[in-house]
Amino acid sequence: MTGTATPPAESAPVLLEVRNLSAHHGQLPAVRDVSLSLRAGETYAVIGANGAGKSTLLRTLAGLHRPSAGTVRLDGVDVTRLSPERRLQAGIALVPEGRRLFPSLSVHENLLVGTYRARPGPFHLARVHDLFPWMAERRNQKAAALSGGEQQAVALCRALLANPRLLLLDELSLGLAPIIVERIYALLPQLLADGLTVLLVEQDVGQALRVATHLHCLLEGSTTLTGTPDELRQEDLEVAYFGGLHLEPVAPGGAGEEA
Amino acid sequence: MVWVNALIQGILVGGFYALFACGLSLLFGVMGIINLAHGDLAVIAAFVALTLAPAAHVPMVWSFVLVVPLFALGGYVLQRTLLQASLNRSPFTTLLVTFGLSVVIENVLLEVFTSNGQSLNIGTLIADSFNPTTTISVPYLSLVVLVVAVVVLGSLQLFLSRTRTGRMIRAVADDREAAQLSGANYQHLFGIAAAIAFATVALAGLAYGMYTEFSFDAGTANLLFAFEAVVIGGIGSLWGTLVGGIVLGIAQQVGGQINPAYQILAGHLVFLAVLVVRPRGLFGVRAAA
Amino acid sequence: MPAGTLAAPPAPTAPAATGGWLVRRGSRLPAWLLAVLALGCLAVLAALPALVSQADTQLLVNFFVLLVMSVMWNLLAGYAGMVSIGQQAFIGLGAYGVLVLAMNGVPTIASIPLAALVAAVISLPVSLVVFRLRGGYFAIATWVVSDTAMLVISSVSAIGGGTGHAVPGLASLSPRAFGRVTYYAAFVVVVLAVGGAYALLRSRLGLVLAAVRDDEIGARSAGARVLRARRVVFVVAALGCGAAGALLAVSQLQVQATAVFSVQWSAEMIFVTLIGGIGTMEGPILGTIVFYLLQQNLANEGAWYLIIFGTLAVAIAIWAPKGIWGTLERRLGLSLFPLTHRVGPVAGTSRPPRSPGRPTPHVERGPGAGARSGP
Repeated sequence: MTGTATPPAESAPVLLEVRNLSAHHGQLPAVRDVSLSLRAGETYAVIGANGAGKSTLLRTLAGLHRPSAGTVRLDGVDVTRLSPERRLQAGIALVPEGRRLFPSLSVHENLLVGTYRARPGPFHLARVHDLFPWMAERRNQKAAALSGGEQQAVALCRALLANPRLLLLDELSLGLAPIIVERIYALLPQLLADGLTVLLVEQDVGQALRVATHLHCLLEGSTTLTGTPDELRQEDLEVAYFGGLHLEPVAPGGAGEEA
Repeated sequence: MVWVNALIQGILVGGFYALFACGLSLLFGVMGIINLAHGDLAVIAAFVALTLAPAAHVPMVWSFVLVVPLFALGGYVLQRTLLQASLNRSPFTTLLVTFGLSVVIENVLLEVFTSNGQSLNIGTLIADSFNPTTTISVPYLSLVVLVVAVVVLGSLQLFLSRTRTGRMIRAVADDREAAQLSGANYQHLFGIAAAIAFATVALAGLAYGMYTEFSFDAGTANLLFAFEAVVIGGIGSLWGTLVGGIVLGIAQQVGGQINPAYQILAGHLVFLAVLVVRPRGLFGVRAAA
Repeated sequence: MPAGTLAAPPAPTAPAATGGWLVRRGSRLPAWLLAVLALGCLAVLAALPALVSQADTQLLVNFFVLLVMSVMWNLLAGYAGMVSIGQQAFIGLGAYGVLVLAMNGVPTIASIPLAALVAAVISLPVSLVVFRLRGGYFAIATWVVSDTAMLVISSVSAIGGGTGHAVPGLASLSPRAFGRVTYYAAFVVVVLAVGGAYALLRSRLGLVLAAVRDDEIGARSAGARVLRARRVVFVVAALGCGAAGALLAVSQLQVQATAVFSVQWSAEMIFVTLIGGIGTMEGPILGTIVFYLLQQNLANEGAWYLIIFGTLAVAIAIWAPKGIWGTLERRLGLSLFPLTHRVGPVAGTSRPPRSPGRPTPHVERGPGAGARSGP
């Protein structure tokens, strides 16, 4: 099992440092004591089954969900208490689960929203139109009228237009045909070449293994396994993903479920 | 000919209802707030003009120069404090809070200004009219208010569709979290929407005070008319609100022509009929859920 | 929607599956004590006319009338999630019902239930119209309906038009007898209203309402007939407000359209319920007591009692949405009208944990169970 992505050099600086993060939905723990760190230029994949806490983790990193414990640092600066809009300005952008385009706005207006508080950087409308020429042609179409794959592309571009340093991708592949997913993921190398760091969440482990430089498996909110695609064995991954009777805690800070 | 006159008066008063209703429509469209104190805010505007314009030596016709900015500021502040706090609870709380405000406002106005009727004195302007025939009379004031309503609705439409801030307000209305992810400070944008809504309701209140005698409890009836205009025209449609206001205005004038006692009743019945036959309203983009 | 008073189960699994937890309906107070308290209250209230002055009896009638209205509004908003600002429609219909029946020779006391019934019957077609709107639009639509009812009734000159009409029948009684008759009529209506609301909430319908309040979509998909439940509550609230309006007509011997159809009734019942505690049976009772204490002390200050009461209601809606009783109930675990289902350990006295930071009780985890992600 080898990923095609090249990991950044060991010397690359740490961009995102998450320590002992916990988050709850009401009284239900969704993320439990998760720690992770991303070096600049990395493609870090968080995998796990439905309900493992992946989306809550990303929402907490983007500031939409208030953590109950732990810290989030971006480039050494503590952003744990910042609002989503302040985090965007600090350089964290999230492509949320389910696309979440603005249905009553046109394609072009959705993109313009992406530029609202943009940082300086390589992405601008002309570049987006180069990547997806149809977005220029169908600029006045309502976003609600787009297909799922087209909506995902617009959602991705909307986030890119803010010129983030760290791009959070929540289940890009959800509900899309494999060929469409393939096309969207094919953009990833370009984004990395532009200096982005990517933290993505995937239910599709095969997809994650193909693109990621580092994998992080969650089960019921807790870390069960971390490592590079090369290091990880299929059997361990299955146990970490689905849980199992002989499960043992693997990663630091990870807590195995009572068996 | 009296019917033609009723029709014309209905259209003119419809413009006033639309001016009244567009703030109600905006607050609901953006924040999901049904502002039950909307009518009372207009009455406050009239009382503020009554007090402030003579003190500042401003002719009453120009009182909007003072009152409208004051209301815009008040709207922003109220949204950022009380209304946001109640929104944070639930839409249900917002409804109860604005209703409470409405009752408190009316009774404070009663205590401060007594129950006497007042009017904003604009001198002879009130009587000037254009008379194409002996039975048809078009007061210039009504005509000006209709034009103001159309201009306000048009500007609002342009603001929402063409400006950065307007676009973000629509984005926040569509999906607040997604807009936050693009850098929107939704509380600030809500404040701007409230400022605009309050500015329009101040204009409506001043127009009302110039048209007719008003007292502390005039807000209730105006809230109902504005609401009827919004629902008849279709919730979520600004121009629909203008048409709704005109339909309501015509219904009232025609009803009043039959029997003065039926004026308001005719409006209510048209509203209830629309609700039964076409709950989305004439131009509604969504059901009133 | 305020958070439900249904105690949330501490674990995602059904309480029955947890083994260590038991669900029971009730208060911390034993049932026999509650029954004794209830009977005691009824006995005192039944004896009151013999103990207090004529003026105080009249005051108590007004108290009962507002209490009935508040109990009804609490059913609508606190339990069925419908904010009506048009309950004065049914108050007015009840009052005019008494007037019309009395003018046609129906004994005045007998006309009270009939007039209430008239209001309830009319509420059914009204619900067909106003139920097309939800939330705040529903609220204003009910208001329009009450204004419409007032305008229609005001245009009928046979019942006094806009100026009102005296209610015939009871005027010949001595003041003392009249006071007693109206007091006991109001007393019976209050007992029926409070008892009926309590019975309704303990029935299957009450469970549907509680489920809807916690999670409407979930309740719908579980097969709850939400619309039907709401309609029943709407009609019951019209019945209750109709009875309250009928009592007003009887006790004041005069019906006038703008007075009985005044939105001030809605203001009072809403404020009373918010302050006492919306979504609790005790709230409207406590709120009505607070209201009368305040009103009596500010009787000479014009509209100030409404200003103070309204401001208080707004503040409570935002910062203490469960009102006085809801706040007390949570602190003390008291409930005079046991409605909520409590989850407690089978043995021992410790209560389930509430704060998210504390560990959840031990739960056997099924293969599919786990923390939810996403909103």
